Amino acid sequence: MPSLGSGMDVGRILEWYVQPGDEVERGQIVALVETDKANIDVEIFTDGVIAELLVEAGVKVPVGTPLARLADLGTEVATPAAKEGQPAVEPAAEVPAPTSLVTSPIVRRLAERTGVDLHAVHGTGRGGVITRHDVEEAAAAQRPTPPAPAAPAGDGHRASPYARRLAAERGLDLSEVAGSGPGGAVLAEDVEAAATTGVRPSPAAGPPPARTAPGEVAAPPAAAATTAPADTGPATDRGQAMRQAIARAMERSNREIPHYHLGETIDIESTLGWLAEVNADRPPAERLLSAVLFIKATALALRRSSDLNGYWVDGAFHPGDGIHVGVAINLRRGGLLAPAIRNADERSLDELMAALKDLVERTRAGGLRGSELTDPTITVSNLGDSGVDTIQGVITPPQVAFVGVGRITPRPWAVDGMLAVRRTVYLGLSADHRASDGHRGARVLTAIADHLRRPETL
Amino acid sequence: MTTDELRDVVLDALTRIAPETDPATLGPGEDLRDELDLDSMDELNLITALCQRLRIDIPEGDYPQLRTLDGAVAYLERRVSAATA
Amino acid sequence: MTATDATTRPTPETVRMTLREAHKQSLRAALDHDERVFLMGEDIGAYGGCFAVTMGLLDEYGPERIRDTPLSEIAIVGTAIGAAMNGMRPIAEIMTCNFSLLAMDQIINNAATLLHMSGGQFNVPVVIRTTAGAGRQLAAQHSHSFEPYFAHVPGIRVVSLATHADARGVLAPALEDPDPVILFEYPRLMTMEAEVPVDPDIVDLSSAAIRRPGSDVTVVTYGATQHTVLDAAEALAADGIDAEVIDLRSLRPLDDATVFASVARTHRAVVVEEAWRTVGLGAEVAARIAEEAFYDLDAPVARIGCAEVPLPYAKHLEDAAIPQVESIVAEVRRVMHRG
Repeated sequence: MPSLGSGMDVGRILEWYVQPGDEVERGQIVALVETDKANIDVEIFTDGVIAELLVEAGVKVPVGTPLARLADLGTEVATPAAKEGQPAVEPAAEVPAPTSLVTSPIVRRLAERTGVDLHAVHGTGRGGVITRHDVEEAAAAQRPTPPAPAAPAGDGHRASPYARRLAAERGLDLSEVAGSGPGGAVLAEDVEAAATTGVRPSPAAGPPPARTAPGEVAAPPAAAATTAPADTGPATDRGQAMRQAIARAMERSNREIPHYHLGETIDIESTLGWLAEVNADRPPAERLLSAVLFIKATALALRRSSDLNGYWVDGAFHPGDGIHVGVAINLRRGGLLAPAIRNADERSLDELMAALKDLVERTRAGGLRGSELTDPTITVSNLGDSGVDTIQGVITPPQVAFVGVGRITPRPWAVDGMLAVRRTVYLGLSADHRASDGHRGARVLTAIADHLRRPETL
Repeated sequence: MTTDELRDVVLDALTRIAPETDPATLGPGEDLRDELDLDSMDELNLITALCQRLRIDIPEGDYPQLRTLDGAVAYLERRVSAATA
Repeated sequence: MTATDATTRPTPETVRMTLREAHKQSLRAALDHDERVFLMGEDIGAYGGCFAVTMGLLDEYGPERIRDTPLSEIAIVGTAIGAAMNGMRPIAEIMTCNFSLLAMDQIINNAATLLHMSGGQFNVPVVIRTTAGAGRQLAAQHSHSFEPYFAHVPGIRVVSLATHADARGVLAPALEDPDPVILFEYPRLMTMEAEVPVDPDIVDLSSAAIRRPGSDVTVVTYGATQHTVLDAAEALAADGIDAEVIDLRSLRPLDDATVFASVARTHRAVVVEEAWRTVGLGAEVAARIAEEAFYDLDAPVARIGCAEVPLPYAKHLEDAAIPQVESIVAEVRRVMHRG
């Protein structure tokens, strides 16, 4: 069960989109998971074949619980339909409890030496325990074939159990992580550091994130269907859980992040005029909202100030592997989520508008992908929609900055030495003083304002 | 299209955007954005839905006229009759 | 009084007292509350108790309820078990747990088993108070910590009382428990003072207590040692290590859920006890963490206990044998990989 955002402790599998025997590729959506905050599509972190589903739909498990077992591409996987033959390498599916692969250290060492995948060995000992004899038999049966890749337990890397768990959650290869612990052991903080400094394999294709999953068409209706009963009955539970999740993240933010706040009111009369002209020739479905201007301006401003774009983890700043703008989207039943528009600086306004529409719809109807909630390298909130003038935002950890946009409102304004009524907007920047100083923050805010004043640059 | 039919069209579109909309309690002169907690994306989706359903165009400058239920119905009446005239 | 007055909670009135006084007050409350309650033990009456906890109670309640006994632990506990089975609510005192070994047969073979052996017909609602721990130069026959011996046995409940709140809040629920309860008190803490509410709160017998919340490492302990651990935690805080300190309090049953939840937050655990390390409560806690919280661990569980010797008399040797602030700080730093 991956962690789909700070403050998530448990998740419930609502639906599996794959079955044992299905080939999957990295980034493919394999399951729908219910968290305290939303129903989220979970992507798989590597290519392979689904060997076994370990957690049934409907079951709630803690973060870190293995959900399914993956085999290498090309591995013969016994599907429920084709479960005949090969007594020696029959999958362990018949062992009573799916997670109880009970083996002794001697058996594991033997399996490692002989290249036997213990998951594929049928245990003949008491309660399905795999004995030495079972391993020897399996080894004899598969002798002509090359040794199977070593099981996780025998991968030869020293790492703490928690570090292994984190690496699995983040789809990291432990061999790529430098260990700082005793004897070079990989500790949790090494995994965290590696995850934020780019060892992390970013989702396969570039923007826009292609939804190649077989569940693509099925996902939104399925999500809606499974959400409906959950929302009518325990809607308050979900609301309270969402509150709790936000509470944990915000408590952490206020406890750990020394915020500084900057703000500036700018004249965007001409920008809005430009936007009205753009929209005038378009049918409503193709019109742009001012929100995308703020998102694009923020993304462009961050290109030159990477120290506000990224994460603060374990006492150090790690720049983002792109400018992924989290967009704060409030939910109709209360609470909010801030999923990412990846590489927002590289997208045209039309692409951003399409991405924003898609995100708002999926945030409210269900069907967000897990990575969308963990990807943001900065958050933009457009509270101006709610009619307030200014925002002093709270940063979502581990991000280091937050841009708040107030209400667009006409104000008396000095223009060329004359007083005029212009539409203005307040831009607020909250930033983590550990990662940047007010001077840098001010430059970013000024750059955002500059881009907004010159919409042709967006 | 009658006024009542237009009102149903608007309420139907609103219900799709804000499922908790209760036509019985929605004040005809209330600001829909406040009453139903609509943001600018919801407003755009509402306008888009109305345009597609009624096969008309609503310029951006006219959005403020659709911010109450009565205002929207009155505006749409004018647009629809102009389109069919 | 207006409505607003009624909703404002007045600050509870507090009073300053020693831990000895806290123990005494809870005994007095038990004697006042239930006439079936009586005390028995060596020198608890005329002498006022070896640690002066029962001083003055003989005058207040008379020899029927404050009973001096012969020097026979097996007789004290055996009598108390019989009285409990026949409807009384005895509180038996065994001066120190070193002498409780003489009563082990009554505790383990009778108190702990009779409910089971009688097919559920006889509960044994006895409460046994005793003391444990070193630090007062009383040498190898008066200083040991035998909490783990009792925590090993099904059929009895074992609680350690090392704070004023626990001293005042545990006896009442212990007397209400239908099964045997053994309460450990700590002589070296008797003169410890604290500001406490005038009216004590009832304490949940079976729960552990987080004495200091922290985020970097979980330090599990119990008994008098928790105060040493808390001092160590402050020293560690100055060093940037935020230790969470858990007082197990209930030694049987163990509230391991509190420990697991903490380890899930901190990912590191150190267990500190004054009893010998080998086959101690620390071993049990460490084993349970390995069983249930393995994938939360970012470092091996560490244990600190008493040196594997009979406790020495000489002050410097006694200090060297039991956990101290320095040894706890060093072990936590090692676990934090900040050696």
